[in-house]
Amino acid sequence: MELVLAAAIGVLSASGIWLILRPRTFQVIIGLTLISYAVNLFIFSTGGLRVGADPVLKAGATDPGRYADPLPQALVLTAIVISFATTALFLVVLLASRGLTGVDHVDGEEDETP
Amino acid sequence: MSAHLLVAPIIVPLLVGALQLLVGDRRPGLKSALGLTSCVALLVISIALLRMAGDPPGGGALGGVYRIGDWATPFAIVLVADRLSAVMVALTAVLGLATLQFSLRRWARIAPHFHPLFQFMLMGLNGAFLTGDLFNLFVFFEVLLAASYGLAMHGSGPRRVGAGLHYIVINLVASMLFLIGVSLIFGVTGTLNMAALAQQIPKVPENTRNLLHAGAAILGVAFLIKAAMWPLGFWLPRTYDAAAPPVAAMFTIMTKLGIYVLLRLSLLLFGDDAGPSAGFGDQWLMVGGAATLSVGMIGMLAAKDLGQIAGYSLLVSAGTLLGAVGFGDPSVTSGAMFYLVASTLGAAAFFLLAGVIAPDGDDEIDDVLEAYNPNNAPLFAEEDETIVSISAPAAVLSAAFLACTLMVAGLPPFSGFLAKFAMLSPMIDAQSQPPIPGSGVVLFGLIILSSLCALIAMVRAGIQIFWADPDRTFPTVRLYEIVPVLGLLGLCLLLTVAAEGPIGYMRGVADQVHSASIYVSGVLPEPPEARRP
Repeated sequence: MELVLAAAIGVLSASGIWLILRPRTFQVIIGLTLISYAVNLFIFSTGGLRVGADPVLKAGATDPGRYADPLPQALVLTAIVISFATTALFLVVLLASRGLTGVDHVDGEEDETP
Repeated sequence: MSAHLLVAPIIVPLLVGALQLLVGDRRPGLKSALGLTSCVALLVISIALLRMAGDPPGGGALGGVYRIGDWATPFAIVLVADRLSAVMVALTAVLGLATLQFSLRRWARIAPHFHPLFQFMLMGLNGAFLTGDLFNLFVFFEVLLAASYGLAMHGSGPRRVGAGLHYIVINLVASMLFLIGVSLIFGVTGTLNMAALAQQIPKVPENTRNLLHAGAAILGVAFLIKAAMWPLGFWLPRTYDAAAPPVAAMFTIMTKLGIYVLLRLSLLLFGDDAGPSAGFGDQWLMVGGAATLSVGMIGMLAAKDLGQIAGYSLLVSAGTLLGAVGFGDPSVTSGAMFYLVASTLGAAAFFLLAGVIAPDGDDEIDDVLEAYNPNNAPLFAEEDETIVSISAPAAVLSAAFLACTLMVAGLPPFSGFLAKFAMLSPMIDAQSQPPIPGSGVVLFGLIILSSLCALIAMVRAGIQIFWADPDRTFPTVRLYEIVPVLGLLGLCLLLTVAAEGPIGYMRGVADQVHSASIYVSGVLPEPPEARRP
């Protein structure tokens, strides 16, 4: 399970980094989204990977070791909300830039050299 | 009441910003009044915080600790007002009042939602300065960044949107690095409370210490992007030059926010008590500071217009401060804190003045206004007739420009000189021990050289503006716009005239941040049991 998760985070971040270095604004926003997925999975994994473990203690719980760490799950929720909102905001700016300059290049103008 | 004083700098702008959203755009007067009230209230609160932190009530070492929701530490998110935080909150309040006053009549009205965004940015800044929790710091960073995205593009236009696009991407990537760093540190230590972290770090087992250092380094990169260290600061001059002048003036505090976090975390987490991790990152800060200084001074010499010179002067002050933070010596830190306050006030005055002297945005504003103002109703004209303007614009502007030059270059009688002197003299002291042997002299030389470059660049710009073209007509200088500029410059002068108080306070700041145990014992009254093996 660790291997699968690590590979998923790696592939997501590698694709994300490749995409944010591309010249089109749409590629950049997809890249940012992929990186934020990778980061969210990474935060989630810092609590340790557990199957079938509750994050919230039940009444009469005696052994906290049988429960998953709830804090990374709370952190990842916050991170998801924030990255979702900022990505939406960036989408608006992307469209404004496209409208003002007429091109979807990140610099607002096409490269002269092909 | 005083128990809740700590949370007031966050609550007040939040409530006022929300109210301003409800008021809407039809009643600009009410909106402005609300904004000014909030800024004045923040100033009063921050002065109370300064007094509280300078002379802690109840004989404690820290000014105040506020546990949100009254949960037990270290589980609660805490707000901590020590002297460093109080100084930064006060600086934010002063800048906020001056830039809001500057923007009221003209800049705030070129596009909607300036006022709420401004308040939310103040909220984010105050929260980031006060919080004692690493993840809460991230949340306040995002609050302030989301508002700053809107403000950076305030007034729209291709130049602002183009620069804003880059600014947003860079900051989103920085936020991702922030999250990776925070989660690595959490994974190793099991806590995000800064005081608890300072306790845990010396006890981290050897096999995970490298992971902790990797996390701290990634986290550091996120703050260095904010602080605009070379090579992470290329976005700064362009974004600040493109932004509306009052926005750029307010943004001067954002590089200082990066410096603040680096100063706080490097001394708290990797100070002398940190065992094997002590002094982590100091050499990098030192080298990075020197590189930023060099790039900043070359940029100042090469810059063509006032906005760019002001942007590069921010790089110079960021480099100076990074080097001073890396130095890790209390007397250098106290001088650096004085320099931080003085240079922020000076740079903000410079950005505002650049906006008055070269209002290059006017044509652009008319284009953009079409969308908001289809009937082409006169927005400013009718008000401008009732506004008092200065009768001799050239005299006032050139005097203010001279004051800015002296301030940025660090010449007497302005406080830039005193601040640099307070920082530089302990740097070449024989007893000081920089992280890299001999680097004190190098940094000393670079700071002196950067002052010379700043002087050359500013004098050249001044000659071009005021002397080269005798037929140049200066724009009307409106009283409400020049008053904040003169106020900020007057404050710089006041810091020289009455230097004893501020310098003494800054010495207290440095002593407090250099002993992590004061912070830890202030936030965690009794030692908590280890949460993780």
